Amino acid sequence: MKMNRRGFLGAGVATAATLSAPMVLGASHGKPKVVVIGGGAGGATVARYIAKDSDGMIDVTLIEPTRTYYTCFFSNLYIGGFRDFASIGHSYGTLAAEYGINVVHDWAVGVDRDARTVALASGSKVPYDKLIISPGIDFVDGAVPGWDVSAQNAMPHAYKAGSQTQLLKAQIEAMPQGGTFAMVAPPNPYRCPPGPYERVSMVAHVLKDINPTAKILIVDPKPKFSKQGLFEEGWQKHYSGMIERIGPDFGGNNVSVRPGSMEIDIDGEVEKVDVCNVIPAQKAGRIAELAGVTDESGWAPVRPQDMRSRMDENIYVLGDASAQGDMPKSGFSANSQAKVCAMGVRNVLTGSKTFPARYSNTCWSLIDTDDGIKVGASYEATDEKIAKTSGFVSKTGEDAALRKQTYEESVGWYAGITADMFG
Amino acid sequence: MMLGMALPAFSQEDPVEGAKVFKRCFSCHMVGPDAFNRTGPVLNDLFGRRAGTVEGFKYSDDMLREGAGGLEWHPDTLDAFIENPKVLVSRTKMRFSGIKDPVDRSNLIAFLRQYSDSPANIPEADPTIVPRDPDVDPEILAITGDPDYGAYLSGECTTCHQVDGGDEGIPSITGWEPVDFVTALHAYKNKHRKHPVMQMMAARLSDEEIAALAAYFQNIEQ
Repeated sequence: MKMNRRGFLGAGVATAATLSAPMVLGASHGKPKVVVIGGGAGGATVARYIAKDSDGMIDVTLIEPTRTYYTCFFSNLYIGGFRDFASIGHSYGTLAAEYGINVVHDWAVGVDRDARTVALASGSKVPYDKLIISPGIDFVDGAVPGWDVSAQNAMPHAYKAGSQTQLLKAQIEAMPQGGTFAMVAPPNPYRCPPGPYERVSMVAHVLKDINPTAKILIVDPKPKFSKQGLFEEGWQKHYSGMIERIGPDFGGNNVSVRPGSMEIDIDGEVEKVDVCNVIPAQKAGRIAELAGVTDESGWAPVRPQDMRSRMDENIYVLGDASAQGDMPKSGFSANSQAKVCAMGVRNVLTGSKTFPARYSNTCWSLIDTDDGIKVGASYEATDEKIAKTSGFVSKTGEDAALRKQTYEESVGWYAGITADMFG
Repeated sequence: MMLGMALPAFSQEDPVEGAKVFKRCFSCHMVGPDAFNRTGPVLNDLFGRRAGTVEGFKYSDDMLREGAGGLEWHPDTLDAFIENPKVLVSRTKMRFSGIKDPVDRSNLIAFLRQYSDSPANIPEADPTIVPRDPDVDPEILAITGDPDYGAYLSGECTTCHQVDGGDEGIPSITGWEPVDFVTALHAYKNKHRKHPVMQMMAARLSDEEIAALAAYFQNIEQ
């Protein structure tokens, strides 16, 4: 029902966005202008909160290339068959229609920080007083030798949700009986720390059903990973003998791929595989780099109080792209940061009240049907960084009722956060 | 030493006295060999039981959720629940304001203990004296919250709890009476309720902040 409404409004968005785009450029000189690049958990939330709480005092433009946004969170559940693809897709109809946000479906290709304009692929320029960049991730060139984006059809990353996710799912379902699914896992830091391991769980869930003799091979440069004990317990319980992980002790940090022949070279040992999910090392989405707000780490350093760039006082960076301290790169984190940022931006532009920053995060993962786990923490802004204050994690050996409840809670969270992002 | 002599007299649990206290319960609850579910579930074999699991009884969603989350009936949890049911289960069907006298409660618990299958097997970890007082201090309940501050703080809640009152998987928190809202959050803050996310969120909320959130969410329409 909800999706139908969204879908219906979505048809209207395209029109609203196209019509309103030229108006952005010329109209309303008097009002302060906020431009948001990226319509995900950071960008959609910050646009919505600024528009919602400023009572029309601030012009908000949201630049996002896709008309339907597929959330990376829960895309693994689509791979596992627990969600259909449409259920993780969201349009910008409500943000445009009910919140008055100028939604522009275009690529931001440059930022002129002196003139304070954002250049779009279509050729226009959008002026801003404050710019919020929330572009998510891009991949580090050459991170996995032999792989680049031109190889993403043979070896999908599926780490930005959308057609890549559909492709990976189709490849898994088409694997020969007894075949091998390989994942090249990323080094830290990367988007969604438990994400690769939840994905392995979901792939195993599918294969156990349709291809029970298949094997899963994780090639991992990290000695340990998020919720490791919980995942390994779950894999033993549900998918015994199916999953093998090669960590750095056994060459997992020395890997190259040959997409043409579907081979992986692990520290000199060549494996032929049937599906290869390459998740390369990551950096801030390219527009952050083009805007000149990233440092040598590839991420954009920000002030912990309000997510303002340390390089430019008129720019804020949210979510995965930011280097802020202890928070993991997750949709929940980006959403949390967006609300603090929205308050800060409104204060600077309209003098509205501010309160001390408070951040939080929880990441749920699904191991198998009704077997959900979670990890979370709360954070505060110190002078130096966003610092963790307390946290919790699911425990091994929890009973089935609690795990089922944890999964159901994650479904509730999905409904909550997407409503918080898209209205 | 004199004090040590006095203590047992005070903490003595008297099931006979408890049977008198039970008169306040039996319009809804039955206990004993012929008991069956009425407005409330049967109270036989209560000790060590997971909340919300009596066969054939239709519980509130909140009770089922707390049970799935690990709430079990032991002297400490029962004491908290009997003192003020909403401390542990916000929207329980048990419409009962609670028994405020700790002696009455411990006598009642001693009475109910007689109907547990094997009272001798009740884990020794279960204390016979309940040292805690989980009900919320009236001074805290009397704080008037600032809804504007609550509106800002609510951003932390709405990542999971839907503002439109949707409650799949995660309960709705809109339109609550402030007293229920404040009672629930203090129960998480003081770890009388188990949910780890909520314990963490509540832990850093001050009494004023909890009041502010209660004031804000009270007026959000479902």
